[in-house]
Amino acid sequence: MSSGSPHRLYVKGKHLSYKRGKRNTDPNTSLIKIEGVESTEDAQFYLGKRVAYVYRTQKSIRGSKIRVIWGKITRPHGNNGVVRSKFRNNLPPSSFGATLRIMLYPSNI
Amino acid sequence: MSTKTFGSGSREIPANKASKWYPTADIPQPKKARKTQHPTKLRESLVPGTILIILAGRFRGKRVVYLKPLDGGVLLVTGPFKLNGVPLRRVNARYVIATSTKIDLPELDLDKFDDKYFTADVKESSEEDQFFDAAKAAKEKKQLPENRTADQSEVDKALVSVIKQTPQLTSYLKSTFSLSKGDRPHLMKW
Repeated sequence: MSSGSPHRLYVKGKHLSYKRGKRNTDPNTSLIKIEGVESTEDAQFYLGKRVAYVYRTQKSIRGSKIRVIWGKITRPHGNNGVVRSKFRNNLPPSSFGATLRIMLYPSNI
Repeated sequence: MSTKTFGSGSREIPANKASKWYPTADIPQPKKARKTQHPTKLRESLVPGTILIILAGRFRGKRVVYLKPLDGGVLLVTGPFKLNGVPLRRVNARYVIATSTKIDLPELDLDKFDDKYFTADVKESSEEDQFFDAAKAAKEKKQLPENRTADQSEVDKALVSVIKQTPQLTSYLKSTFSLSKGDRPHLMKW
């Protein structure tokens, strides 16, 4: 694809935190705020979609310093459009506030 | 069953004699499967002739024409190749957005395009041969099966003539789909 034209095919989201109570955190589940999603109804579109946390590292593995942790959106969280998600490996706490890529697949449109 | 006579009497001899013994343990009978495999049901928006947006892989973002369903939730699509470089190709229905744009498909014989058409012929060879062949194959450039180009241009020709009838459709298919700032896919009307 030519680099001049835009070619983003994912929606941006922020890793807010883990699912948590007042004192306990549950790192198995991460909370994501998806851009432009302000209600549970909006969030319905994104349920089941694949999420990627793409980050850079010092050490290259198989010729690449870029790594990915894949996950998927499981369900809405609260009434303001935040969603819960599960990742193959739990996201590290250092990714709080980082941008996640919410893919448009698996598609049901 | 046959009969044998002995002097004044006769008796019947069965053709298949019963076994002299029976197994000490019960022979397990396999359970009859009551479930059948149903053909994949595609979502309603996927009708042949629909313009699709490919979401992942080498041709992500490209708009293509959906030609027909294949087995197992896989779709046969083409760019057409002449317009946007997407050849006749299989894509999974889950990696595709169906748009509301549709074209009337021309009369085309698509029967030959099945899963087998797209799978490469694998020659059976010993492991040792494979090892040396791999090195050789890496040097040689992969050749497309001969009929591919001809099949492609045949399909392209028919499709392009239909596409040309709708204004702007050619440039629509040539353009790629992408999201930019402020775009909200959940609010879009596809």
